[in-house]
Amino acid sequence: MSNIAIVDYGMGNLYSVAKAVEHVAAAADRISITSSPKEIAASDKIIFPGQGAAKDCMTALIELELQTAIIDAAQQKPFLGICMGMQVLMNTSEENSGTQCLAFYEGGVEYFGNHVSIGASEGSVKVPHMGWNCIEQQQNHPLWKGIPESSYFYFVHSYFVRCDQQELVAGTTDYGLTFTSAIAKDNVFAMQCHPEKSAKAGLQLLSNFSQWDGNNVAN
Amino acid sequence: MPLAKRIIPCLDVDAGRVVKGVKFVDIRDAGDPVEIARRYDNEGADEITFLDITASSDNRDTIAQVVKKVAAQVFIPLTVGGGIRKVEDIRTMLNAGADKVGINTAAVFNPELVQQASKKVGSQCIVVSIDAKRVNGEDEPSKWEIFTHGGRKPTGIDAVEWAIKMEDFGAGEILLTSMDRDGTKIGFDLELTRTISETVGIPVIASGGVGTLAHLAEGVTIGKADAVLAASIFHFGEFSIQQAKQYMASQGIAVRS
Repeated sequence: MSNIAIVDYGMGNLYSVAKAVEHVAAAADRISITSSPKEIAASDKIIFPGQGAAKDCMTALIELELQTAIIDAAQQKPFLGICMGMQVLMNTSEENSGTQCLAFYEGGVEYFGNHVSIGASEGSVKVPHMGWNCIEQQQNHPLWKGIPESSYFYFVHSYFVRCDQQELVAGTTDYGLTFTSAIAKDNVFAMQCHPEKSAKAGLQLLSNFSQWDGNNVAN
Repeated sequence: MPLAKRIIPCLDVDAGRVVKGVKFVDIRDAGDPVEIARRYDNEGADEITFLDITASSDNRDTIAQVVKKVAAQVFIPLTVGGGIRKVEDIRTMLNAGADKVGINTAAVFNPELVQQASKKVGSQCIVVSIDAKRVNGEDEPSKWEIFTHGGRKPTGIDAVEWAIKMEDFGAGEILLTSMDRDGTKIGFDLELTRTISETVGIPVIASGGVGTLAHLAEGVTIGKADAVLAASIFHFGEFSIQQAKQYMASQGIAVRS
């Protein structure tokens, strides 16, 4: 059994994340929603979700004194970042006229509208990127186990991760351009989409995470 | 494959029960939102929208309980609309497990609500519902006006201008219903859909008038909608979501398989 902690820093609803993990985790697993650095440190696995604006997220993390706990967890134990929980692992975000993030990985977070024209015509895209889009798997990773290549996941975001460490890229998605929709290194896996809202493929990924030992080698 | 076009069944909920009878032959309780939502999820629905039509405000908490129960068992995006008046109402629904909240009449009477809400919870959670009716005479250029109270009360507000304003105010999506077509089964007002969808940069869901699978496809191919919403054709078992997706795929539309 393991203790899975879902980090609560007031950014977005964690009920769906918790319910989806409960749905797939072993009966003995203990799932908690917490904003306590101590509890995060004591847990076996961490889920780091997030929704809303980058600046609000960083402010909340600082106010709750969660930065160190998040970085420690990302260095040590199975760690799953979701949506904003992926973005804030990077250096900086263009959102809110530039927001300093956790800088756990090299790269930035950029606005779709700065790269692709926005609209309904051919070659343009609507922003937010909202709905079901495919992830092309770029690593043979334990969390992709049982999930077919090009499976659909649910996305809702206006900013995307530009990853400067190519070896980190675990999944890519096309939306006017090809962006990094999942990153993975050692014990960390992070994705832009919402596995808790991605039906079968998402539940499979969460199930894989609940069983993951943090070893980045696919069997 | 590009971003899939979404198919969204819409359920009317009154005092916690699905009304206007969903008629699946193999369903035990046609009024149970959880059972119906699970059925649509299994069929491949891309999202589910709940419209709270409860007249009495005493029963408002009930819809939050419905969302909570569904969100605990159905893992696709859920939208809730109907009776949303305050940022607090939006928070209640999001905390219950809704992903998006639809604002309709309240946005017309208090557009700042959209601004406040999108700042607090993020644009991605805010869907502005627009009920539009064609108001131009014959031989006049097309013109649509916003109506409230189920299409009964005119507001004098131009639908296209309103859509632009709502995008500016932070709406993340528009649910566009043609009040002329709603319930008619003769298809979407495609000109309205296309005009709004090509004017704003946010996704547009087409609604009102679906009677056939061809209507759904036209909403995307001609109306340029990002998603299509329908109620009766799915509820009464005329077509399944799978059939709708197969048909749309046959028309060259990207759908989630």
